[in-house]
Amino acid sequence: MITFDQIKKAVLVSVWFMFLTFPIMVIRVNPVERIVEWRWRNMLLIGVGSFILSFVWHYFIRRKELGTQKAEVGGEETIPLAQRILEKKAIYRPTLAVLGICALVFPFIFSLYQTNIMVTALIYVMLGLGLNIVVGLAGLLDLGYVAFYAVGAYAYALLNYHFGLSFWMVLPIGAALGATFGILLGFPVLRLRGDYLAIVTLGFGEIIRIILENWNEFSFGPSGIANIPRPSLLGIDLSVHAATIYIYYIMIGLCLFTIFVVNRLQDSRIGRAWIALREDETACQAMGIDKAKTKLTAFALGATWAGMSGVVFAAKTTFVNPASFTIWESIIILCIVVLGGMGSILGVIAGALVLILMPEYLRAFSEFRMLAFGVLLVVMMVFRPGGLIPNVRRTYKFEGVTETKKG
Amino acid sequence: MEPVLKVQDLGMNFGGLRALDAVDLDVGKNEIVALIGPNGAGKTTFFNCITGIYPPTEGDVLIFPQGKDRPKRINGLKPNKVTEKGLARTFQNIRLFPNMTVLENVMIGRHCRMRAGVLGAVLRGRSTMREEKAAVMDSYAILEKIGLDPFVNEFAKNLPYGAQRRLEIARAMATEPFLLLLDEPAAGMNPNETRDLDKLIKRIRDEEGISILLIEHDMKLVMSLSDRIFVVDYGKKIAQGTPEEIRNNPAVIKAYLGEETDA
Repeated sequence: MITFDQIKKAVLVSVWFMFLTFPIMVIRVNPVERIVEWRWRNMLLIGVGSFILSFVWHYFIRRKELGTQKAEVGGEETIPLAQRILEKKAIYRPTLAVLGICALVFPFIFSLYQTNIMVTALIYVMLGLGLNIVVGLAGLLDLGYVAFYAVGAYAYALLNYHFGLSFWMVLPIGAALGATFGILLGFPVLRLRGDYLAIVTLGFGEIIRIILENWNEFSFGPSGIANIPRPSLLGIDLSVHAATIYIYYIMIGLCLFTIFVVNRLQDSRIGRAWIALREDETACQAMGIDKAKTKLTAFALGATWAGMSGVVFAAKTTFVNPASFTIWESIIILCIVVLGGMGSILGVIAGALVLILMPEYLRAFSEFRMLAFGVLLVVMMVFRPGGLIPNVRRTYKFEGVTETKKG
Repeated sequence: MEPVLKVQDLGMNFGGLRALDAVDLDVGKNEIVALIGPNGAGKTTFFNCITGIYPPTEGDVLIFPQGKDRPKRINGLKPNKVTEKGLARTFQNIRLFPNMTVLENVMIGRHCRMRAGVLGAVLRGRSTMREEKAAVMDSYAILEKIGLDPFVNEFAKNLPYGAQRRLEIARAMATEPFLLLLDEPAAGMNPNETRDLDKLIKRIRDEEGISILLIEHDMKLVMSLSDRIFVVDYGKKIAQGTPEEIRNNPAVIKAYLGEETDA
């Protein structure tokens, strides 16, 4: 039903937008001919456009409100689609199998270019899952996450350059270095929460990048390190094509490993402590949880994955320089977590794929990339504040008294 | 009587403000002790000093754990260490973990009595699984005792107010304390809920053998529950004694009702 009120609102919005955009869209001063052009057609377009947009916008807002009302009144919660798939084994198993087969044959069906993009996306999946531990589970807003990614990438580049260590040797070293730097960052920020924590981590990320940029003797400065070898298979050097496919499979394996570990951590004593820390720090400590230790494990375990994906990144691009590790990367990773759904493993994977693959496939509209990104974030936060696939935590369900007797 | 907690000359300064001044207090084994006083008297500060949220400026907090003949000084310890030692508390304004289930809230209380680390969590060895299972069972047993078992899988935020208060007590009990510190457990409760709370606290004392120190404004509850009462005003202890003695103590009446001014 369209009421008069709604039309009035939409008209007001369109008039307001016409007024706002009047100076830039309608008036144009032509300095050569010294005349002012009046482009009234633009004004009309904006008026009609914003009228329709405002209508659509309000339609969706109303639908969302109706939905929440229904959930409150009816008492039955609307279970998200992803959750329903997860719960029904009959759907879940085949879905997983199809996805698995798709993932396995992907590099043989699609071109090298596509495989390369997919590897990038998978690196971000891993980064997202790592940051998800820190932001999603433990609730510590970390804006300098890319620093650990840089640590991993430079670990491979430098250890290979100086000592000739291979990819497989550096992978665990990168993970360990990431964890170490995680703890190093963790110590000074133990007392901070919220915005203060975000600022300090932001500073930390920048410090690492600036050190890499300026300490020429150590990191070769802005020119970076080139000719980093791709991983070799059983000592055989692979062609570029084969190596890309190989890295693709390595990343699939690493992502599965990450999902496995993060999933188990979530459902453990430590995972519960993280969530409690996110919910209420004071109460958490009063219940006997060591705040310092819990925060440090979150930082260390989060940074481990960034260190590992850094090593893969260096092996994939065969070149690292500080420009790859700007604050912008941190923000993208954070967006992956927030957009996908904080604390939700499936959500983070979906978020990484959307945010990394979309810009690649929409290269034709690359000038509008930032605009689309902003619009996407705004729309998401209004309509789905929980993320693409919101986190429905597997809670500890108590099955009943019979079990008490058995155990 | 055998003491479990002894506080001597406890003082706390916030800058120039003296919030607590030489407060003495002791709790005996299986005793229910109430700490009362007008608003802003320093009762919650006293709790925060004992449980390690603030390190006290002066004085001693001594605990007498069972099986050990020597008292242990706990001032300045971190809150989690104090809890590990056997003192558990609730908060004046409910501080549950709202987005966790009732069972999980209690399981957090079990945290400090569990050992599993990162490796255990990832590998899920036999001892970790056994520990997890035991935690679930123990937590459920506590919920049954408190009468919250019908809510076991609900989110804490969806519980009625009185049940949330009781869940805080259940969570504190999960840490296996010998002394339970309750900060205004009856605040905001209706008379029915208060009566249930009265019974519950007595039951915890009698059945679990846990001593209780509580802050409370509901005088009816205080008088019915407590073995002894301590009264503080402006950070100083002004009286102590049995409920009967406190009721007739002129200093207490003055603190609560103000002085009569016959001009």
